[in-house]
Amino acid sequence: MWTIAGEGIHPIDRKSETSSIPISEIKPPSKVVIPLSQHIGAPCESLVKIGDLVKKYQKVGEAKGFVSSPVHSPVSGKVVAIGRFPHPSGNQSNSIVIESDGKDELIDSLKENSNYLNADPKDLKGIILGAGIVGMGGATFPTHVKLSPPQEKKITAVILNGAECEPFLTSDDRLMVEKSMEVIEGMKILMHIMGVRDGYIGIENDKPGAIKAINQSATGTNIKVISLEKKYPQGAEKQLIKSVTGKEVPSGGLPMDVGIVVQNVGTAAAVYNAVRYGVPLVERIVTVTGNGINRRGNFRIPVGTLLEHVIAECGGLAGEPGKILFGGPMMGIAQYSMLVPILKGTSGILIIPKGDVVLEDFRACIRCGRCVQACPIRLLPNMYSILGEAGKPKDAEEYHVLDCIECGCCTYVCPSRRPIVQQIRYIKAEMRKAKSKVA
Amino acid sequence: MAEAAVEQEDKKGKSEEPVPKLILTSSPHQLSPDSIERIMWTVVLSLAPASLAGLYFFGLSALYVLIVSVCSTMAAEAIYQKLSGVKSTVTDGSAAVTGLLIGLTLPPGSPWWVSVIGGFFAIIICKQLYGGLGFNPFNPALMSRVFLLIAFPLQMTTWPMPSPLFSGIDASTGATPLGKLQVARLTGKGIGKAAELNIWDAFIGNLGGSIGEVSAIALLIGAAYLIYKQYITWHIPVSMIGTVMIFSGIFWMIDPSKYVNPVFHLFTGSLIIGAFFMATDMVTCPVTLKGQLLFGFGCGLITVIIRMWGGYPEGVSFAIVLMNIVSPLIDRYLRPVRYGAIKAGSR
Ligand code: SF4
Ligand code: SF4
Repeated sequence: MWTIAGEGIHPIDRKSETSSIPISEIKPPSKVVIPLSQHIGAPCESLVKIGDLVKKYQKVGEAKGFVSSPVHSPVSGKVVAIGRFPHPSGNQSNSIVIESDGKDELIDSLKENSNYLNADPKDLKGIILGAGIVGMGGATFPTHVKLSPPQEKKITAVILNGAECEPFLTSDDRLMVEKSMEVIEGMKILMHIMGVRDGYIGIENDKPGAIKAINQSATGTNIKVISLEKKYPQGAEKQLIKSVTGKEVPSGGLPMDVGIVVQNVGTAAAVYNAVRYGVPLVERIVTVTGNGINRRGNFRIPVGTLLEHVIAECGGLAGEPGKILFGGPMMGIAQYSMLVPILKGTSGILIIPKGDVVLEDFRACIRCGRCVQACPIRLLPNMYSILGEAGKPKDAEEYHVLDCIECGCCTYVCPSRRPIVQQIRYIKAEMRKAKSKVA
Repeated sequence: MAEAAVEQEDKKGKSEEPVPKLILTSSPHQLSPDSIERIMWTVVLSLAPASLAGLYFFGLSALYVLIVSVCSTMAAEAIYQKLSGVKSTVTDGSAAVTGLLIGLTLPPGSPWWVSVIGGFFAIIICKQLYGGLGFNPFNPALMSRVFLLIAFPLQMTTWPMPSPLFSGIDASTGATPLGKLQVARLTGKGIGKAAELNIWDAFIGNLGGSIGEVSAIALLIGAAYLIYKQYITWHIPVSMIGTVMIFSGIFWMIDPSKYVNPVFHLFTGSLIIGAFFMATDMVTCPVTLKGQLLFGFGCGLITVIIRMWGGYPEGVSFAIVLMNIVSPLIDRYLRPVRYGAIKAGSR
């Protein structure tokens, strides 16, 4: 069995509530809000003005700098506002608001290419950049950057991440079941760009349908499907690399330091659609689930669609909502407004009814060590918790707090209900502050 | 950007339209069902087989001791927290665990006031004065046992022989196997008959000793349940018992006329209850698995030394308390090798 040794947890996952529901469309939104910052890196710059008419797939925001990614319109219509609007990260962000004319008029410059595996890798990277593709597993790092390691880093393999270890979410699962060909073709393009022979797709073994479909599409290729033990956070980049290759990414380093490039399966499918049909990344598959929504499922949703529209299309809220999360229960972000848009990295919306939200006071650390045993990075989360609570962020440095991936395993298992991840974020923020003061 | 500013003003009203009030907290949003309560009460449950075995072998005199011990610790916790005005944690089960462990390590039929003093000492002196659950450096049940052994040696070492419930036999007193051994050892006559032990009796618990220590099988059933529930790991018990067995084995092979065999060490005294239920106390043992192995080794080693050459017949309690002192040091210096840490010399 391929797995991360020892560490990790087995949270209640409730994937079966949506894993067999095929991907479906929702009624197109009449208005989209497209944030200029949907990726890690510099926000992009608006290419349009209020009153401009835009077509579907038209680029409306241009990348600024190398680590940045453009944004496109998923509809045809008119730009009605540009300004700061609620963003799922919790802040407001510069966004372009487009009112749809419902006609879905396409731009006329869509370039198809069926001979993509003979294309120049440089050109392919250009297409990926132009299509605004970012990591769709949630990290939203611009894909073209990941595909451009410095010369001295020799890349030996590409790994596709189909683990989907986050509880409740099934969007990658459905994608692999229904669109395995797109995933595999996208993978071939990625491998061609990186010039590697070996490709792996890691999938947790609770997704037999996905494993079968991907295996079928991968026959006759150099792409190996790796069945991973179901365990959270198996799909975290570092853990995936360890499970598949046995190598550990050095502390503070990147996957390329061990010759690996990791991409999400959704990203691979987006790469295929961009390269083959010239289609930019303007929609994605989102799992909508939780006890707080009337109709659960996996939906193909245009990027920029507002949360309230998605909820209305899913039969509305079931009772009073307590928390609405973008992402799953382990790493998802709690939303403060119903007017936040779906982003390129939004893999799921989880709605927890008010009655299900338990807010407990936390207690003293009882030194049980459960967090220590659960930590996939083998850190000492109990120390972060204690030092964070005591307001001594400086002392946490010697415990390598910057290696923490904020996976939430420690908080999940803590019987004293200590908000360890929150305390870690506080420590990291204090360290950043101290650093910027020195610099 | 002037337009943007205008638009922002425009939109402000809109984004503040009445939306359901949503709860904002940091991830993760899902927590394990294993709370302190659940863990502690499960430990109580896991001690049920040993308690029942004690009742079976020693009858009602054991029942009184257990009840008074548990009531004492819980009362001590409630009274202390009431007086100091903090939120009561009596129901979290940790006081009950302490009380039950104290009761199980007392001789059956020991006077009620021993339980009461032991319970109050454990909770107030060894737990609450340090700040309550999580802050106590020593396992309160063990500290209390050590205290009782020193303060009331007579009451703590009067061992009734088993007189099973319904057997109609009147209780008589005698020495425990370890006690006999110590006498034999100290009088210099060689261990002789003292080393004789009916393994079956020892396994099921039909011999003199504390209420909950005598039945190995009952303790092991409870321990297996805790390991299955992942509330304790195997590291401490295995390394502690393993160490005792290996060291006693070595000496036994060197001179069987002076030293008893390892099986004798395993089944007599409080090795099993200590290794599975006391050394594993989460508050006072190291947090890392490597640390726990080292901790268990230390406990085992000190136990053997006290049993073979010390002034007390039994060394388990002292050994664990001594290792409790070392726990923070072990945690400080024996850290897990974190993911991606460059090993020395590899770069
Ligand atoms: S959030 Fe950080 S400290 Fe906690 S388990 Fe994950 S990596 Fe470890
Ligand atoms: S899980 Fe919670 S109580 Fe246990 S050691 Fe970690 S922080 Fe302390």
